[in-house]
Amino acid sequence: MAERILDFEKPIAKLEHKIEEMKELSHSSDIDLTKEIEKLQNKLNSQIEKIHSNLTTWQRVQLARHPRRPYFLDYIKEITSDFIELHGDRHFADDKAIIAGLATIGGEKVVLIGQQKGRNTKENLFRNFGMPNPEGYRKALRIMKLAEKFNKPVITFIDTPGAYPGLGAEERGQAEAIARNLFEMARLRVPMINVVIGEGASGGALGIGVGDIILVLENTWYSVISPEGCASILYRDSSKAPQAAEAMRVTAQSVRDLNIADEVLPEPNGGAHRSPAETAQIVKSAIVKYLKKLKKLPKDELLRQRLEKYSKMGAWEDIAK
Amino acid sequence: MVDWFKRKKKGILGEKKNDIPEGLWIKCPKCSEILYKKAIEQNFWSCPKCRYHFRIPAFDYIKLLFDEYEEFNAGYRSSDPLNFSASKKYIAQLKIAHKKTGLNDAIVTVKGKINGHQLTAAVMDFGFIGGSMGSVVGEKISKAVDVARANKTPLLIVSSSGGARMMEGILSLMQMAKTSAKLAQFSEEGGLYISLMTDPTTGGTTASYAMLGDINIAESGALVGFAGARVIKQTIGEDLPDGFQRAEFLLEKGFVDRVTERSEMKEELTRILEFFA
Repeated sequence: MAERILDFEKPIAKLEHKIEEMKELSHSSDIDLTKEIEKLQNKLNSQIEKIHSNLTTWQRVQLARHPRRPYFLDYIKEITSDFIELHGDRHFADDKAIIAGLATIGGEKVVLIGQQKGRNTKENLFRNFGMPNPEGYRKALRIMKLAEKFNKPVITFIDTPGAYPGLGAEERGQAEAIARNLFEMARLRVPMINVVIGEGASGGALGIGVGDIILVLENTWYSVISPEGCASILYRDSSKAPQAAEAMRVTAQSVRDLNIADEVLPEPNGGAHRSPAETAQIVKSAIVKYLKKLKKLPKDELLRQRLEKYSKMGAWEDIAK
Repeated sequence: MVDWFKRKKKGILGEKKNDIPEGLWIKCPKCSEILYKKAIEQNFWSCPKCRYHFRIPAFDYIKLLFDEYEEFNAGYRSSDPLNFSASKKYIAQLKIAHKKTGLNDAIVTVKGKINGHQLTAAVMDFGFIGGSMGSVVGEKISKAVDVARANKTPLLIVSSSGGARMMEGILSLMQMAKTSAKLAQFSEEGGLYISLMTDPTTGGTTASYAMLGDINIAESGALVGFAGARVIKQTIGEDLPDGFQRAEFLLEKGFVDRVTERSEMKEELTRILEFFA
């Protein structure tokens, strides 16, 4: 796969390249470069830390969309060994932009549902760039209901640039499919954890994102509209996306600060795309930790707390008071 | 009971219009007929010639339906949680919208009576920042659900909205979940919820409470959809079919129970309330 390097990652890539060269040189000749390599390695680590401790909102949006960032299927591979995929919404089709199935995580039988992007053009066409159609949301709901019937917790992985804005999607009720999911998820009688692993774009993300615990990886974004969409409406210029991202406060930390997310999951040094396996373990431990807590709650209490959680969301004042 | 009709006396009706300009004569946006304003008003704010339904303020709609009503939570307004500023400052936009509509946000919640039936209603106002759904709209709908639950009345939401309000970011998005969760609670307790979609109902509003009625009614000719027509056109690279995303299209595709003219709306709602009473 062709390497794609973000502008602000270039100093990191340069140092890595240098280290590679030295390693090769010391391999092919008798010169011992161990010390030099070690020195460069240290420099590399501090460079990564320096860059990543000062990321702008837009840089985080770019990381959330990084083509090497782990996708839902990568997590499935890393944190489960027995995934059984279940296909189709039983009404119209099997939407490839949403994957659903059965798995065991940390000894716990769960249902996994998530959006799936592709890594290249061919995969992206197959996965519709991670943009679900109504049948994707209806498949997700069908599998959630299955989980409810057999009392299995539901874990959803959110990573979508949005619900698909197509003619067929409208004809088959994109809005109804998302609305129905919100309605049903609010009272699904099993623990439900939502993890934002990449992009959380609007209703397309929320359509599988109503649960008891909302986790957001450090370099993800989650908002009501994409930065480009917001910029093209408010500035009439989609190239102002970085300003729009800033104004809407789309980063994981902001989503936490606004009392929407329960926890920001820190990514390994340099971002998830540099250490997919390690990132997956971080996500897994968080899931296991919260599942333990949620499983202790009686179902009525679980639903009461879920309703209360969403009832509190928002910020308003009453001038009559 | 002291407060009944209170807003009426203040004259909410009249000068603050969405679709309806000043003056005695109005040109119909659809058939271009020049019409006497009074004639449109008497015709339930629709064109006597082509039946185009004008976009009207929340209180005008409330008056078309209710025989008596009392507003609640009128003082709710946005606290601008993001301190949002893009090409304009959100706080300034809110002030302008307030001046234009006399409202504190894009929704009015009332309890009242329609042909003898108790009803709790949340009616959106497109004139307030495009009827966009932010924290206040979400909270007032949630509270309206609670009022309907407490008084054991059916709930009506009249939507007219461009979707979720960008200026409140993720908080706006979550109003979709919040309102849907409250409606799920209402439904579980056996409450009757009627969703009435007027022109336009799009985006996050459609993808949450507007589509969740036990009965979904769309006003004749109303634009109802999820994605904007421009975006879809860009996606598929061709023109959209005639009548796409109109009320009649949704009826055809099976997403609304009925398409109804505004002039018939009160009677229609009465019949439904009668049945479930």
